[in-house]
Amino acid sequence: MAERSFKEEVQKLKLGEGAEFHGEGILAVTKALLQSGVSYVAGYQGAPISHLMDVLADANDILEELGIHFENSASEATAAATLAASVNYPLRGAVTFKSTVGTNVASDALANLASGGVTGGALIIIGEDYGEGSSIMQERVHAFAMKSMMWLIDPRPNLPSIVRAVETAFELSEISNTPVMLELRIRACHVYGRFTTKANKRPEFGLTDALENPRRDLSRIAMPPMVYVHEKDKWEIRRPAAIKYIQDHRLNEFFDGDANDIGIVVQGGLYNTTLRGLELLGLADSFGDSKVPVYCLNVTYPLVDTEFVRFCAGKKAILIVEEGQPDFIEQNVNTILRRADIQTNIHGKDMLPMAGEYTGGVVRDGIAKFIAKTRPDLSPATAPTGDVVPLDQRKADAQAFIEGKVHGRPPSFCTGCPERPIFAAMKLVERELGQHHVSADIGCHLFSIFPPFNVGATTMGYGLGAAGASALNVKAGKRAISMMGDGGFWHNGLTSGVGNAVFNKSDNVLIIVDNGYSAATGGQDIPSSFHAQPNRNTQNSIEKAVRGVGVNWVKTITRTYDVAKMRDALREALTTKEQGPKVIVAQSECMLNKQRRIRPLLRKAAERGERVVRERFGVDADTCTGDHSCIRLSGCPSLTIAPNPDPLRREPVTKVINSCVGCGLCGEVSHAAVLCPSFYRASLITNPTGWDKFKARVREAVIGFFHRRIARKLAAA
Amino acid sequence: MAAAAPRPITIAILAMGGEGGGVLAEWIVDLAEHAGYIAQMTSVPGVAQRTGATNYYVELFPKSATTANTGPPVLGLTPVPGDVDIVIASELMEAGRAVQRGLVTPDKTTFIVSTNRVYAMTEKIALADGRVDSPALLEACRTTAKRLIHGDMAQLAESTGSLISSVLFGALAGANVLPMQRMAFEAAIRRGGVGVKESLAAFGAGFAAATDGVPAKASEPILSHVSPALAPLMAEVGAHHELARTFIRAGIERTADYQDAAYAREYLDRLKPVIEAERKHGNGSGLLLAETARELALGMAYEDTVRVAELKIRPGRFERVREEAQLAEGQILEIAEFLHPRLQEIADTLPAGLGRWLLNSDWPRRLLERVTKKGKVLKTSSILGFLQLYFVASLKPTRRRSLRFRNEHAFLDGWLKTILDVAQTNYALATEIALTRTLVKGYSDTHERGRQRYDTLMQLLPRIMEAPDAAATLAKLRKAALADDTGAALNAAIKDIRPLQQAAE
Repeated sequence: MAERSFKEEVQKLKLGEGAEFHGEGILAVTKALLQSGVSYVAGYQGAPISHLMDVLADANDILEELGIHFENSASEATAAATLAASVNYPLRGAVTFKSTVGTNVASDALANLASGGVTGGALIIIGEDYGEGSSIMQERVHAFAMKSMMWLIDPRPNLPSIVRAVETAFELSEISNTPVMLELRIRACHVYGRFTTKANKRPEFGLTDALENPRRDLSRIAMPPMVYVHEKDKWEIRRPAAIKYIQDHRLNEFFDGDANDIGIVVQGGLYNTTLRGLELLGLADSFGDSKVPVYCLNVTYPLVDTEFVRFCAGKKAILIVEEGQPDFIEQNVNTILRRADIQTNIHGKDMLPMAGEYTGGVVRDGIAKFIAKTRPDLSPATAPTGDVVPLDQRKADAQAFIEGKVHGRPPSFCTGCPERPIFAAMKLVERELGQHHVSADIGCHLFSIFPPFNVGATTMGYGLGAAGASALNVKAGKRAISMMGDGGFWHNGLTSGVGNAVFNKSDNVLIIVDNGYSAATGGQDIPSSFHAQPNRNTQNSIEKAVRGVGVNWVKTITRTYDVAKMRDALREALTTKEQGPKVIVAQSECMLNKQRRIRPLLRKAAERGERVVRERFGVDADTCTGDHSCIRLSGCPSLTIAPNPDPLRREPVTKVINSCVGCGLCGEVSHAAVLCPSFYRASLITNPTGWDKFKARVREAVIGFFHRRIARKLAAA
Repeated sequence: MAAAAPRPITIAILAMGGEGGGVLAEWIVDLAEHAGYIAQMTSVPGVAQRTGATNYYVELFPKSATTANTGPPVLGLTPVPGDVDIVIASELMEAGRAVQRGLVTPDKTTFIVSTNRVYAMTEKIALADGRVDSPALLEACRTTAKRLIHGDMAQLAESTGSLISSVLFGALAGANVLPMQRMAFEAAIRRGGVGVKESLAAFGAGFAAATDGVPAKASEPILSHVSPALAPLMAEVGAHHELARTFIRAGIERTADYQDAAYAREYLDRLKPVIEAERKHGNGSGLLLAETARELALGMAYEDTVRVAELKIRPGRFERVREEAQLAEGQILEIAEFLHPRLQEIADTLPAGLGRWLLNSDWPRRLLERVTKKGKVLKTSSILGFLQLYFVASLKPTRRRSLRFRNEHAFLDGWLKTILDVAQTNYALATEIALTRTLVKGYSDTHERGRQRYDTLMQLLPRIMEAPDAAATLAKLRKAALADDTGAALNAAIKDIRPLQQAAE
């Protein structure tokens, strides 16, 4: 079960004709899919489309009612291959995954799909995770669209536009026999807005029809000699069909303006930001009425030559607002205008930065440059709104005050995270055996690369932790350590990492973090999830799978918080004489999800009057000497610092705040690393039993007696 | 497109995962929609739940300004520096981040800041004090905002049993920058329907904080109670600099509490030569005496097993744990300690001769090493656990004969001697030497590591004294010694020491 529940929100998916929908962009996309009559949906989670997967999972009943099949795919490749159902059958299908990282994995299937083409509408919804707050390498999905020749839709970031984009994407796909990608930037995925709904549509041709009346068409299979035909078809038949549809249905939008000797071309997703830039420069109002003509590309691939020729007619210059690198659109436009022999100057990356997110300030400044160069008469008399000169000094002063004082806050392991003790153990082994090469993976465990652990040299992709240590497979005094999460393991790590290590006789060590969820993406279920789920087959053992591909040395640690045990297992794995890969399965439930699961249960139990024990840790300030070794071996958010109450000491003391979930790591670490005696565990017993109360009374009497004695002595001293 | 064209109200919220930043944004949206506004909200949550920074952005546009001709407004998805009306930051460093990003501008922005600190990892993992300067962060906020509303909203949230988001929503209402009345804000909380009572209380606290300012927390009264046994000693302290006096008095109390009044007398006696040195060589700052008095008290009250046991079983400590764990009516509390006494600590507690014998013995040493390999979890709240610690604490009278006592005092003697020797020629360096004892702290490995670094620096003293500014050099080395666990920074700093002649070249 995922971290965030959409059980209530999904009721909005049932809205009929003409109702007003209020909600997040992602939910609107789901509603649009239902309005478009899809037969199947699949995908792999990852920000920002994790919520789309969670919405679909929570909407399973509604989907079933409409005869829609939904799958949590094993990987993005699986998701993309799922679209094969639309190759021969008039089935509409949609798959979704996270921007370039997902598309990388999916691209084998996508290339094959795009080669043969489709019959039913095939939609790939890409959650774009680019720029500020992004967690991946900065690349463009645009390249995938171009290389496989799939159409790329980048709608204006408002709900009506997004919904319309989904609906037209299916038609575009069917008319041009080409899969279509819909790119949604992270802020558009999470944007709250409204649109008028249509009734949900049940697919006319269902999956059962396909299964019971199978069809095949040799011409759609990506195999010579058909592939040569596909290549020609793409350019000669499918592309013209797409361009005709784009023009006929006016998917791209033209906005006129008085200053018609210049113009701005913008990716649909950046329309609002561009308009705001114009507004702040006094060139537009809040309703999108701009002095400068705007050509909004809701379809960013393919570009429509004739539309560009028309837009540029009579213009001395245009500015292309295109996010990311390289400048695919700008290059293409240069070719288009050159071929048409049109002399309009093309500006873009010369006025806007090549790299980085196009946030409001960046775009505003770029447009200001463009205006100053092409129509200086339109430039605002003073600097852009807000930049009033006399105030600059105050801003500079403020920056001077905070210079070096604003530290980064990279993501870190949650309070009570079971992955933390794995790295604490690794640090302890490091003290004994020295530093080792650590090949990291994608997942929460990658937070180990930041302080306090500073562990991990490379990360090559999801599930590729073990693969990333493949070359370091020679006789040496030390072994390499690889990390892998359970999510990455099932995604591909079992074969790319474990199977590969067995086959190539690797001697390295692999730690698989088995926390029961695809935790980093929001706690979705995976094959080895600990709890049974009605719609999925879970509880499949990682150890069994690892042994199944031929690993002999496998140790499962069922409680990662046992730091001493983790340390001993790791030490043994690094030093054992046994040949072949050494795999440690480190098992404990993801604490974020565990708390989400058990908190309501405990609260209800307490309300029913049952005995409930809550544990939390604490630090005695008077024995803490402020060295913070414990924090360097943990980094738990609830383990923090506080001013020292001792007037003789200056270093802040360690303090455990009330968000502590009592995972036990603090105690285990102070034992395993022989830190200090300051940690204590407080157990709070709610609804104590008669025996509890009796014990407490006797203890109070005896300890109370001694306490009074101590108090008397202290007073006398 | 007239100059007075309607503009959206722009609001940026900077929070951290789990603080309810999303709830706050949703309340604002709900509030605005009920007041006839078109509201748009978006966020970059990223991996926020995993303790990272998170931001929300809201735009509100009056529905009344739209007509059939205009259509809906085009609202922004990212805050534009110079065009943000309201910035809300749930923590002081996050407020600093908003300033750094240029979101807060003097001509436009109402800045609502909670001054509480959630320390960054880099601040927490320092070997000593790595906290950044909070007043500077707040000063930056004040300088750059059109209007600053600040207060410890986290404290208000805790005292009202709610989340900081409710307090900030109250502060937003109290700031009177949105064209809605207090009741409309409260209605939004009620419609939200979760934890309404607590949220409204927190809202009220935030509202008051914005309108009247947060009442300054009363500083805790300094304990003036001095036990009769210490009165004569206190009387002897005499006239010194305020700082030195405070430390000496605290030192007397600490050493008496640690052992007895005689030990406090010993403390004062050992300070006498330093008082003399301060009088003779002092530069008027009184720092040598103050810092030596402080460090000496800490050094004499070193943390041994007896001390730890004693502190763990005191009645006041039980009270403190109860408070910190927020024990509710009807709940029972159990306390367990995580102790790991090793052979070294046992030998340290024994009389010096016996302790030395044990450390150099054969099978008794190995036997004890084996049984102390694992840590112990001791339930202080149980009779048996309590009595075990009570027994250890009762060894206090034997402390003066223990191995550790001998070692610690020999160490302090050497340290004091060095201070006094150096004070004759270099007062500032002597003060730095006094301060360098701070490296020796903690338990087991931490203590040993600190002691080693201290010894390293003391051995370098002749070289340090050749440096152009010896005191500054030692201070720099001490800082390097506290930079990391591995000692890499210290080694680098040692390589950097430049003797006088070389510096002159």
